[in-house]
Amino acid sequence: MATPRKTKKQVLFAQGNEAVVEGALLAGCTFFAGYPITPSSEIMEEMARRLPRSETGVFIQMEDEIASMGAIIGASLAGRKVMTATSGPGFSLMQEHLGYACMTEVPLVIVNVMRGGPSTGLPTSPAQGDVQQARWGTHGDHPIIVLSAASVQECLEMTVTAFNFAEKYRSPVILLLDEITAHTREKIELPLPGEHEIFNRVVPSMPPEWYKPFEDTMRGVPSMPPLGSGYRYHVTGLTHDVMGFPTQQPDEIKALIERLFRKIDQFYTDIMLVDEYLTTDAEVGVVAYGSVARSAELAVAQAREAGVNAGLLKLKTLFPFPRPFVERLARSCKTLIVPEMNMGQMSREVKRVAASLTHIRTLNRIDGQIITPSQILKAITQG
Amino acid sequence: MSDVTELIHQYLRHNKKFPHVFCPGCGHGIVLGSLIRSVHELALSKDEVVLVAGIGCSGRIAVYVDFNTVHTTHGRALTFATGIKMANPDLKVIALMGDGDAFSIGGNHLIHAARRNIGVTALVLNNSIYGMTGGQSSATTPKGAVSQTAPFGHLEKSFDLVKLASAAGANGVSRGTVFHVNMLDRLIAEAVSRPGFNLVEIMSPCFTQYGRKNKFKSAVDMFKWLKTETSPLESWEQLPPEEKAKRLPIGTFLAGQEPGLEVLYGNLRDDLAAKEQPR
Ligand SMILES: Cc1ncc(C[n+]2csc(CCOP(=O)(O)OP(=O)(O)O)c2C)c(N)n1
Ligand code: SF4
Ligand SMILES: [Mg+2]
Repeated sequence: MATPRKTKKQVLFAQGNEAVVEGALLAGCTFFAGYPITPSSEIMEEMARRLPRSETGVFIQMEDEIASMGAIIGASLAGRKVMTATSGPGFSLMQEHLGYACMTEVPLVIVNVMRGGPSTGLPTSPAQGDVQQARWGTHGDHPIIVLSAASVQECLEMTVTAFNFAEKYRSPVILLLDEITAHTREKIELPLPGEHEIFNRVVPSMPPEWYKPFEDTMRGVPSMPPLGSGYRYHVTGLTHDVMGFPTQQPDEIKALIERLFRKIDQFYTDIMLVDEYLTTDAEVGVVAYGSVARSAELAVAQAREAGVNAGLLKLKTLFPFPRPFVERLARSCKTLIVPEMNMGQMSREVKRVAASLTHIRTLNRIDGQIITPSQILKAITQG
Repeated sequence: MSDVTELIHQYLRHNKKFPHVFCPGCGHGIVLGSLIRSVHELALSKDEVVLVAGIGCSGRIAVYVDFNTVHTTHGRALTFATGIKMANPDLKVIALMGDGDAFSIGGNHLIHAARRNIGVTALVLNNSIYGMTGGQSSATTPKGAVSQTAPFGHLEKSFDLVKLASAAGANGVSRGTVFHVNMLDRLIAEAVSRPGFNLVEIMSPCFTQYGRKNKFKSAVDMFKWLKTETSPLESWEQLPPEEKAKRLPIGTFLAGQEPGLEVLYGNLRDDLAAKEQPR
């Protein structure tokens, strides 16, 4: 029996973690390696069921998170779209290979469902403690793309975006979720085929003997052939020249590191994603991300009802930090409130760019409990 | 052109600025030669070979050869190799590691790669020391030996790599030396041809960081040791127990033919697809 062409969207009642899997498969992910950890394990378990049912899918449970990262980097070099998922302790173990992926420009997606820390911390409670680790966790200067999601539907969409950015910019992309978004069940719609733009890695079109694997072009993102396709080249975590060979020459070192930054910097407008809610005439602004942004949205609506001109800037891209949006809001507001489930990791960034423009108030919670709309509303009405 | 010159032209990278990093008398260069001869003997194409190297003097071999080469992180080469093989089982994946690389920092990955029986050839260049970082103890430094971190003699026992890999479940396990080059060529070629996980331990002297601090007069002296203190496995097995303990057996210890994990996974996919076909 011929199946009718789907025109109606499939509706699911799903967890954020399940939505991540839907997003990954939609984006073309065919390789997952991971190590179980609460509250992210459902992503891995669903991948274990789904990937072997696809034509070329591969799922593998590795011996730890260092190995998970090694495996997905290897698979990405072999031409796959790859992902792993973890939580704080596992994310700490991934830092060495995260740096390797930055240095060798290997596209990959890491989903980190944050838990309370430090150390084993609060495995089953929500927190947002890994924001700065995502930015600076691995050693050395490097740019990085960090995204977040506030709802189950957004988990799906931001996973697709994470894959697109990873492939487009040849960069690791980290998707930071929190336990609330990951485990809450909500109704979501699966996008229709073709509804989301899916970006596929650019492979070289020149003959192999002309190929320079780390060429310094205007765009700054070299094309990337899969291993075994006739373009034999050297990949190394050592600082390398345009051919991929280790170098200690100051001009070659500088050119490499500057290109790594430039390839992300010059596409800021493409990468920085935010949602603005009632910000045009806002006098009190809230800057939030993840599940806290949902509490904030309700608080802003309630504040408006109470006659306070409040607005919300929801950050979907955390890094590169959406500076222009924060600055604009800071200029029009007398106060910016930054609620987050940590001791102030994102408010550091907000202060860095907007301290001279407005009054900035932090609202922090680290007791494993969510930040409620009424807490934020109280902060808003205090002005 | 002589055979050697031809191999050099065919397999070494012309665009890589030589000279290489190895000290005079280092065994690692001999392993490079052996690897090239084995690949040539097996008539593999350069495109299908992926050489995945760890960090150490041994890992530096990767940069000189004209294969697909991935110089990874210290101890983790096998994790990358596992990902590459699972992603594309048609590739011949060879992981090249030092003893510290494979068995100290990378010990966990090694036993799991062996247990999984992933279709990767692991070449471990055992010089009983951390060569690259200046001669500190590794997991294979013999008890009593002197190193930069055991200045009064090493108190710990060393791993027997052959026993460890065998116990962990590797399909194929062998030990060779850079003195017995013809045998080494054969051991590498056999390991690359066999399915599943195959480990070759290669005794490769480091005079600079190990030998000269441990009563060897020269690099040549270390090669002589490899000649006189080792026995082919078959004759070693005939020795009385007290002789056995003194001599190092070389040869093939395990030669299983179990299919690798990547094959099992491919079969699983096929089975699932067959079940889901509408009947
Ligand atoms: C995570 C990490 N720790 C430490 C090092 C430093 N390091 C580089 S090579 C090496 C040891 C190399 O010894 P081995 O693997 O035996 O190789 P060899 O140089 O002897 O061939 C060490 C400790 C590193 N590169 N990365
Ligand atoms: S230090 Fe030892 S292992 Fe390293 S190149 Fe020199 S001889 Fe070889
Ligand atoms: Mg060594």
